[in-house]
Amino acid sequence: MKKWNLIFDVALCTGCRNCEMAVKDEYVGNTHAGYTAEMPRHGPGWVQIRARERGQFPAVDVTNLFHSCQHCDDAPCMQAAKNGAITKRPDGLVQFHPERAKGQKAIVEACPFRAAYWNEELQLPQHWTFDSHLLDAGWTEPRPVQSCPTGALRSLKVEDEEMQRIIADEKLEHIEPGSMTKSRVHMRNLYRYMRAFVAGTLTVTKNGIEDCVVGASVTLTRGTERVAEASSDDFGDFRFDDLIPRSTDLRIRITAPGYREQVLDIEVGNSRWLGEIRLEPA
Amino acid sequence: MNALFCTMLTGLYALMRFGIWRNPEYRAQLAVYDVIAQIRLIDSDSGRWFELRGGRVRSGAGLHPNPDITLSYETAKAAVKLMMPPIDWQAQVEAAKSFMLRVDGPDELVYHFTQAMLGTRRLGWTFGIPASNGERRYVSMTNGGPCFVYVKDGKVVRITPIDFDTTDAQPWTIEARGQSFTPPRKTTIAVHGLATKSMIYSPDRMLYPMKRVDFDPKGERHPENRGKSGYVRISWDEALDLVANEIKRVKSKHGPGGILFNHPSHHQWGNIGYWTSALYRFINAVGATRVNHNPDSWEGWYWGAMHHWGNSMRLGCAEPYGTVEDLLKEAEMVVFWSSDPEATSGIYAGYEGSLRRSWLKRLGIPTVHIEPYRNASASFMDGKWIAPRPGTDAALALAIAWVWIAEGLYDKSFVEKRTVGFDVWKDYINGVSDGVAKTPEWQFAETGVAAREVRALARAWGKKRTYLGAGGLGTGWGGACRGPTGVEWSRAMVCLTAMQGLGRPGVNFGNLQWGTPIDTSFYFPGYGEGGMSGDINFTASSISLYQRMPHFPSVNTHLQGVPRTKLPEAILEGHAEGYPRDSRSIEGQFFKIRYPAPAHSPVKMFYRYGGSNIGTMPDSKRYIDMYQSDKLEFVVNQSIWFEGEAKFADVILPACTNFERWDISEWSNVSGFMTNCQVQLNHRVITMQHKVIEPLGESKSDYTIFRELGHKLGLGVYFSEGMSELDWVQRMFLASDVSARMSWKEFLHKGYYVVPAPSERLRAKTAYRWFYEGRKKDLPEPHPLPSEYKENYLEGMQTPSGKFEFDCETLKRFDANDQERPPILKYRRSSESIETERASRYPLQMLTPHPRFTFHTQGDRKDSFLNDIADHRLLIDGHYYLIMRLHPSDAEKRGIEEGMLVRVFNELGSVICAARLTECARPGVVHGYESSATYEPLGEPGKSPDRGGMLNLITPKKSQFEKGDAMGNSNCLVEVEPWDGADDMHAKYLATKSAASAPRENRA
Repeated sequence: MKKWNLIFDVALCTGCRNCEMAVKDEYVGNTHAGYTAEMPRHGPGWVQIRARERGQFPAVDVTNLFHSCQHCDDAPCMQAAKNGAITKRPDGLVQFHPERAKGQKAIVEACPFRAAYWNEELQLPQHWTFDSHLLDAGWTEPRPVQSCPTGALRSLKVEDEEMQRIIADEKLEHIEPGSMTKSRVHMRNLYRYMRAFVAGTLTVTKNGIEDCVVGASVTLTRGTERVAEASSDDFGDFRFDDLIPRSTDLRIRITAPGYREQVLDIEVGNSRWLGEIRLEPA
Repeated sequence: MNALFCTMLTGLYALMRFGIWRNPEYRAQLAVYDVIAQIRLIDSDSGRWFELRGGRVRSGAGLHPNPDITLSYETAKAAVKLMMPPIDWQAQVEAAKSFMLRVDGPDELVYHFTQAMLGTRRLGWTFGIPASNGERRYVSMTNGGPCFVYVKDGKVVRITPIDFDTTDAQPWTIEARGQSFTPPRKTTIAVHGLATKSMIYSPDRMLYPMKRVDFDPKGERHPENRGKSGYVRISWDEALDLVANEIKRVKSKHGPGGILFNHPSHHQWGNIGYWTSALYRFINAVGATRVNHNPDSWEGWYWGAMHHWGNSMRLGCAEPYGTVEDLLKEAEMVVFWSSDPEATSGIYAGYEGSLRRSWLKRLGIPTVHIEPYRNASASFMDGKWIAPRPGTDAALALAIAWVWIAEGLYDKSFVEKRTVGFDVWKDYINGVSDGVAKTPEWQFAETGVAAREVRALARAWGKKRTYLGAGGLGTGWGGACRGPTGVEWSRAMVCLTAMQGLGRPGVNFGNLQWGTPIDTSFYFPGYGEGGMSGDINFTASSISLYQRMPHFPSVNTHLQGVPRTKLPEAILEGHAEGYPRDSRSIEGQFFKIRYPAPAHSPVKMFYRYGGSNIGTMPDSKRYIDMYQSDKLEFVVNQSIWFEGEAKFADVILPACTNFERWDISEWSNVSGFMTNCQVQLNHRVITMQHKVIEPLGESKSDYTIFRELGHKLGLGVYFSEGMSELDWVQRMFLASDVSARMSWKEFLHKGYYVVPAPSERLRAKTAYRWFYEGRKKDLPEPHPLPSEYKENYLEGMQTPSGKFEFDCETLKRFDANDQERPPILKYRRSSESIETERASRYPLQMLTPHPRFTFHTQGDRKDSFLNDIADHRLLIDGHYYLIMRLHPSDAEKRGIEEGMLVRVFNELGSVICAARLTECARPGVVHGYESSATYEPLGEPGKSPDRGGMLNLITPKKSQFEKGDAMGNSNCLVEVEPWDGADDMHAKYLATKSAASAPRENRA
């Protein structure tokens, strides 16, 4: 049985919010009988792009994360639901039944991703259905995917085994606790959002003129473990990404021909710029 | 011949009866008016009369004793020729011009009867595709791209981008560095286009004509209460009578020039309904003072860069052709300098460029982003960020040039062969002429950018083949060219690129937004060609469209003009002078506009389209003063939403959106404004703009409003030629190359046509390669105009020398001693610099770039979905506040926390915003998007803080330099402080407001 999956690539998202707006457009003012009641005009979107800023001026980056119902295979909301208010479709999608779900606020509270929303006016729990009413009508992809300009969002209807292969090939991850709840939303380059980086700028002063040190070799170690290597670019900048926030016991070693070696012991709370690191000519 | 004429009239009668029998819409159309119409010959008494009554028709041969209207043809021969299908539009127009065809009778009845005749042609037309769930799928267009519109029960259900079907054309492919790049077979749409449904069904829509409660055209007009008093609903008849009578009164009492029309820079999309089209035809028919629109998003290029290299018809910007392919194949680095294409999405081009920039990432080509704020594009590209202080870019650029000269890192052969004046500039850079070498160390004091970074940038740029993306399009469109030193920035951009050998493989202008390999020879008109205006003086109509779509010409006989940057001063002070946007030649900008013109009336009546000036023009409190002045005897505003300066009118005419009327268009096609602007697109798509729903309330299309107003002025038949919007759409279709590819009925039904990509050999050549290689210009654009070449046609640039001029001859001829705009690029400290005296009171530099999530004021507020985007506005206590971004260190000094309300202010006023703390702002810099749609003064308008988010209330009106009208408001000095008490202040104001101000009655 082929089932739906969604893949979001953090590195390909421009933050345009088309996915957010496509979902508002689809559900505000529209009731899709048998699928979902109207979405409130304002308030949190059922699909959201959440931006995260990492680092400090001038070493900053801003990345985005797609946030929505995860259509979990072990969905906590289903366990909380009564009267068969939530069912799992054969194509893998979680279906809230508005007529049975009325008044069941527990469904909203059960979602560990906070991706179910309480419609105060209708007294209904609601979520992004993956646009199942459109898929059932023959659409080949849901609206957030259709409106994504870069392909940062992809939808795939494949066998679970095939999906496992894709997950391994593309190194896809879940937003936790998605591994536990068996989320159908998969993330690529998630470290750009979830992990930390450490960056620095190598400089040297010769004859009273300050310059950037290009092509220095920089290694990052934790204890005896060699974590990563980098070299400084045209601007003397180096960066190590994909670090677990609040890493301690890190050491950076900088070597470059003609310069004295420098060693820095650092801790990384969140992403940080180490500032200018002045190298001394050997 | 006479017999054939009579037979054709009998045939018309049969067709009308058939239509009434089979087509309820046609029957309803006929039922609007009762009319007796006579069709006859002039040279004999042959003819037939038609009586339309209650939606039915009677007809008889011969002459009616008492017809309401008469259509007469000179001879039977002429009549047969004109009535024989298919309609020969050229013959129709010629017949009317030569009075072989005449009409008599009231305009509205003539229009009604011509529509009854033309309506018989439309009986078999269908449009839209059936979709699931009882919906029907139509096609339309937004400023953010084309779209499918799904409609059910007369209501818009959803708006989506267009996915191509199997019959649509295949796209192009670029092979570069072993990889293959092809865009998907679909269109993209910008977020403000995707959210259109929420704007169509906005609670701020104006659904009825309205009149200010205390405006009495025959008694007290109370201009001082504009913006304060409420409105009452009036009928269309009353509204149109009022406006028509004011037009007549002002024209006869004050003489030519007494009426001023002004429109926003952008409108709802569509070639027939655009301001260049219906509005211009109407303006020209009435006669009016024109507003000369300064090139407000291109200032520095127009007033500065143009003198180095010409390109006047591109407002001083670069040629865009072939640069996507060249960049992907040859470039080793891309510098984005004040360039945020992910925010401004090119212009009118959806998100077409985003995918291409992701290819840049795939190829691993590094990017550098120079901007005081780390913008969306820098984050997407994950490139190197260099953050100069606002307005200091030229110092940074000069230091780059200094390094290139010192280290020999520039294209000396190009500079020697293709440029003049380099030595003069070099002497300035090296300090020979003024004793100051423009070194990286020198620039640090101005820019705050470390000398080592500038040296590193210069070396990387000088050694790698580098593309420069300057502005949103990669050449022009927003960014630093709109700042107080925009002229210097734009000049710096072209001088640096010239040093690197403009046109060398991998060295050019671009950021992948412009220059795709699409077909540029396929003809479809853009809005710059004037639609149905017939305006042969102020649109590009005469170049192609006027010949291809024969229609009446139109000319505004009133010669008076006002420079837009000084519009409020012109009204308030009664005089103004300025410099024009005239792009025919480099020298066009030197001719002074003087207002008032000899023997012309000062402006007494203002006919305004939309409400955006107050949100987009600098120091816009000036507009409030202007509106509240008794110098303006009458203000009418034709607008879709009740917002901005629409609230300052005496009479408001409610227009509908383009989803509620017929139109036809191509996205991103602006014709002469930027020739082949569509090379931003992955696919050229020509769209039928279906009328997907009926106009909401009593709103009407702009075309209909002008036509009906025309009826009151006896201009109606001249204005419309008896045509409906759909008739014009068909005429434009027939005038275009689409009609050679698919039938009208097929186009109307399906709604779009995808123009196939050309074969590789037919792709446009790369920009400036011809110049680099010393050949004739070989690009698909008709400019510079022939007389602009100095030696042989197509050889060299538009400059006096035909070469790139570091030392500009045109500036020397105009004023060689102008210290503000000298012949060579020099650094000049900004009037909004932190080194100025005012900075002690207003120490922060505020950037106000074009907005990211709305298209100027379009999409902002109106209760649209876009307001909920967390990076656009923030909902606090029931109000959507504009976001002001600032660095945490600046926030801390001022006791400002995330999400707190702040007052952003300087000597011009105060705007209340919501604070967002971000490391993306250089310390000392704050950032908020311009173009708020709403002005919400907390007290007396113009004298109290605004919480609508109208940042242009506090941006400076000062021109970048004196001898030009270059807006320079995209950065300025402000202070920011925590704010509370907004609600208190507003409550107090409301309590003191006069009881005469009734609330507006808008909805039933």
